[in-house]
Amino acid sequence: MAEPLRKEDPANDPIEDPLLDPEPAIERPLRWIGTPFRRVDGRAKVTGTTKFADDLTFPRMCHVKLVRSRIPHGTIRSIDFSAAEKIPGYLGSLTGADTPIPFGILPVSMDEHALCPDRVRFVGDPVAAVAATTEDAAYEAALAVIVEYDPLPTIASVEQAIATPEPRIHDYSDDGNLHKKVSMRFGDIEGGFAAADRIFEDLFFYEGNTHLPMEQHATVAVPEDDDRVTVWSSTQTPHYLHRALAKVLELPASRIRVIACSNGGGFGGKSDPFNHEIVAAKMALQLGRPAKIVLHREEVFYCHRGRHPVQMRMKTGVTKEGKITAHHLETALDGGAYGSYGVASTYYTGALETVTYEMPAYQFDGLRAFTNKPPCGPKRGHGTPQPRFGLEVQLDKIAVALGQNPADLRLQMLVAPESITANWLKLGSVSLDRCIEAVVAGSGYRERWGHLPEGRGLGLACGSYLCGAGLPIYWNHMPQSGVQLKIDRSGCVAVFCGEAEIGQGSDSVLAGIVAEVLGVDLSDLRLCVADTDLTPVDLGSYSSRVTLMMGNAALQAAERARDLIAKAVGDQLEVPADRLVFAERRVFDASDPEKGLTFQDAVIAAEARFGTLGTVGSYIPPRSPGKYRGAGVGPSPTYSYSASVVEVEVDPATGLWHPVHVWIAHDIGRALNPVLAIGQVEGGVYMGLGEVMMEEQAFRRLPRHLSNALVHKFPSMLEYKSPTFLDMPPVTTYLIEDPDPQGPYGAKEVGQGPLLPILPACANAIYDAVGARVDQVPIHPHMVLKALDAKKKGNEPRYGPKTFPEADYGETLLVKTPAQGGDGTAINEFRGKLRSGMRGVATGTMSTRDEALRQKKALTTKLEDR
Amino acid sequence: MLRLPAFDYIAPKSIEEAAAILAGEGTAEATAQGQALPVRLVAGGTDLWPNMKRRHQSAKTVVSLMEIPGLADIQANDPQGEIRIGATALLSDVAHHPQIRARYPAFAEAVESISSPPLRNMGTIGGNLCLDTRCTYYNQTEDWRRGIDYCLKEKGKTCWVATSSPKCLAHTASDAAPMLQALGARVRLVSREGGGGGTSERTIPIGELYRNDGIDYLTKRPEEILTEILLPGEADAGHCRSAFWKLRRRGSIDFAVLSAAVAVWMDGGGVVTKANIVLGAVASAPSAAEEAGAALVGQKLTEESIREAAGLARKVATPFDNTDFQAQWRGGMVERWVAGVLGGAGTLLSSFSPSESQEHS
Repeated sequence: MAEPLRKEDPANDPIEDPLLDPEPAIERPLRWIGTPFRRVDGRAKVTGTTKFADDLTFPRMCHVKLVRSRIPHGTIRSIDFSAAEKIPGYLGSLTGADTPIPFGILPVSMDEHALCPDRVRFVGDPVAAVAATTEDAAYEAALAVIVEYDPLPTIASVEQAIATPEPRIHDYSDDGNLHKKVSMRFGDIEGGFAAADRIFEDLFFYEGNTHLPMEQHATVAVPEDDDRVTVWSSTQTPHYLHRALAKVLELPASRIRVIACSNGGGFGGKSDPFNHEIVAAKMALQLGRPAKIVLHREEVFYCHRGRHPVQMRMKTGVTKEGKITAHHLETALDGGAYGSYGVASTYYTGALETVTYEMPAYQFDGLRAFTNKPPCGPKRGHGTPQPRFGLEVQLDKIAVALGQNPADLRLQMLVAPESITANWLKLGSVSLDRCIEAVVAGSGYRERWGHLPEGRGLGLACGSYLCGAGLPIYWNHMPQSGVQLKIDRSGCVAVFCGEAEIGQGSDSVLAGIVAEVLGVDLSDLRLCVADTDLTPVDLGSYSSRVTLMMGNAALQAAERARDLIAKAVGDQLEVPADRLVFAERRVFDASDPEKGLTFQDAVIAAEARFGTLGTVGSYIPPRSPGKYRGAGVGPSPTYSYSASVVEVEVDPATGLWHPVHVWIAHDIGRALNPVLAIGQVEGGVYMGLGEVMMEEQAFRRLPRHLSNALVHKFPSMLEYKSPTFLDMPPVTTYLIEDPDPQGPYGAKEVGQGPLLPILPACANAIYDAVGARVDQVPIHPHMVLKALDAKKKGNEPRYGPKTFPEADYGETLLVKTPAQGGDGTAINEFRGKLRSGMRGVATGTMSTRDEALRQKKALTTKLEDR
Repeated sequence: MLRLPAFDYIAPKSIEEAAAILAGEGTAEATAQGQALPVRLVAGGTDLWPNMKRRHQSAKTVVSLMEIPGLADIQANDPQGEIRIGATALLSDVAHHPQIRARYPAFAEAVESISSPPLRNMGTIGGNLCLDTRCTYYNQTEDWRRGIDYCLKEKGKTCWVATSSPKCLAHTASDAAPMLQALGARVRLVSREGGGGGTSERTIPIGELYRNDGIDYLTKRPEEILTEILLPGEADAGHCRSAFWKLRRRGSIDFAVLSAAVAVWMDGGGVVTKANIVLGAVASAPSAAEEAGAALVGQKLTEESIREAAGLARKVATPFDNTDFQAQWRGGMVERWVAGVLGGAGTLLSSFSPSESQEHS
């Protein structure tokens, strides 16, 4: 362990005068927090001893493969296993008849089956599973299964979904093949546009892309006596998987144990419960032997749940000084074949539009279409990178049109900290100004923007993201994160938490916080995480929630343990408990450091005094002021902010371009571990660059008179282009620290936000370099060239979408803003409005608090009636 | 992961033995009359194994050349003479060979641009020359290809790249081939001599190894083994200048979507006496732009003569939408790449791909 970095000089340590300080223990110099301590899982990962799901093996374990649909849409006529059964080693099979119960991550869209019972909806939809004694045999058996289908018409785009309300891909939806429609207006939008000096209208397109985790999804299910099963899986959300397994397997959750293995990357791609996970468990129970399923890369592209392709229409009114008077955003999401997180994704394309710049009036209209392609879902930034790209590019155009520096345009209209936005999001700390100033200074943006030679350019953009979704996926009043400590005479502190390490460093955050409070070494801790039998629930590694939520729960559990031990030690040493310091594996008197006990002796004193020691901590986010329907998506305890300047080089002769340098500043509140935090920032930059430079989850049809095919263009790591480290430019990262009262030690998120400004910054930099606007991503060289050709011909130097799908968004929800004296509800809330299909099970993210309370009351009443 | 099907694996210890196996001797099932030989050669396996995992190439028997002594040797003892490269020489060994680097730097660079370091440590020069043609409708898994009812190259009836095409449009993907062709290299092909127990061989210019047909892309007969590449001694004797430019998305790993290889011979006054311009990845075989090369003869390499040659070279390229980047844009890049590589030949500039010009600090 490196010498710890101390934030303050010990000589100035406030604990020297404990009488002046009521909480001396907290004010001592921090040993772990803020230091670049080595991540607790680092050694195992670099030496290859970490056990990922695919590393697990058990006696008599069988291997399972899925038989996936080869047609994009159709009904299953027959499934013939006869050839597969002849393959040596074949053990058994499952079909949709074995898993008839639907599931899905959101209670409003439980539209998936572990195996399709009757209908397939995209190439890759699983229709059967086979098990064999070896992976080779299982693979051959899966290839040998013959499935016959009756094809149905297919839908490949939002436009086709609008034009083709029937036949439906799903029986439920807001309107035909439009899964979800949203329309909401905050404030006086007409008045805002009327008051504007200039109005800017743009169309943007953001192509879909996928997470591309290095580790392909894998699951091992081990059956036990009495209808129990343990499921080891690469998942970001063991708790939600636990619920889905209980539902589909029709087993009490208490008989299912889910253990999330270390994940080789997630990025949102492992946050749904997946069909293969359920199939592995079902197969294990059916065959009475452990069952393993490991997806190959192509199957990961079919699991997908990645970035939605989003078309955007954006209209912004500004004063001549550059203040926004009104903003209208329309988004059209190509959702793929299933719901996944899509309803939330739809709302997210509109929700965070307001959290960076003052926006007195805002309208959001959105829709999500079902299409016969792998389902889209949450990817790093979940629904927000798309509109953020549009907004930040449009602001660049506005700045140019108004003759302002884009940095100054933004700086004069930043939201105020702790304010409430037009759409009723309560903000926390906001240091976006410092972020902008940092990257502007670092890159020389003020001096160099607009003044670089042809082919070189600088672009600036900002972004913001949640620090945890304010509401859980399903409605409940329980903690969103829990931490439990067990401490005994050995001096070992066992830390239990349901959080899932996906490479982001959450284990290290958990360990760092507990070790900090108790003044012990990381090696004094034993972590037990992501095990639904043993660990208290944490909702999972999504929505950038873990550091803040788990961190607060860990802080509470550790402080309770500290207080317990302090009481025992204080009594034993006859020192006031609040004068005791927990540091350097000792508990000692602040005014007489020699007087104290080792941590182990302190625990012994406490165990003798109180009996077996255990403490718990939990966290529930504060309530959000928004009460209108849909207000559940967007609230967060606080928000992170980022600003970036990217310098690019563009070859005007070919349109080829690449980033030369990235400067990025991230308002992290406080970096609990700056090295881990910078790693997250750089990872976000890398992923953002991939999306703007080359990544696309693209599909192709064949000539319709010859084929009904609708296939992924290139479901492989070779042809789905993602940058290599050769393509990665140098990155200069500034961590902007301004501790937020909501975060543990002031920490905010860092896992997702830094991706957001990268894409628009690149587009803006290309404009600065060659004067060409590309209003879509990824920005391929032919697009730059086309825009430059247009420029040469005297046309608008732009490449981008020219149309936007026209659709009826339904009745617009009208919400008064805080400035208008609103109360957070809609003027015209239409609670009675029935949506087809799954209305009956509508709870969770999509329900208002009132509705959930009503449901809870109804349920309680029913129980009481018994 | 994708799994290999079952097959027999033989690793003969001599060319004669390998040739005998290919001729069907000793493998009873190998040569049913009129059927394609279910026997395939493998060297590094970086092309064959993935193809077999995806099931678009198959084999009853795979014959490895990797245990044949001497077949990986690089003979370059005579500084004026030809360089002989054994077929199983690793790409990394070829790229790093001091004589090759000194005498054929553009060839060394072309080889060094292939894929990534781990694959160059496994893949061989002979394997790269025999690389299967590629296409985004073909280099897919069995399941995926069933979804499009296969394609003309394998089991299907239609070339999905251009449905009216009577022939397969899969593109050549070798980086070594266009460069070696520009340099006038030859390859040695060995096969079993009819009945006598010995072998026969033929040596052909590398351009004659290829046929512009995505399926039947090699003129090498199935029973022939490519054993050696012969780099001519004269190429470095005069004023030959060569260069290689490669267009691809990323600075590593990717196959070329367009490559341009040139070798230019000049007299003492810088007047071109001979120029070979060969394009890769824009047809099913390396495409020699003979008209463009001829136009340079008798001229110096000037901006104007280069521009004219580049325009002529554009005519031989037929890029389709079956690899990365928009096809039309790729076609538009041919002139620029040929101009660039000819400019490079003048100054011995090195190979180029978009992201290699970026700064790394």
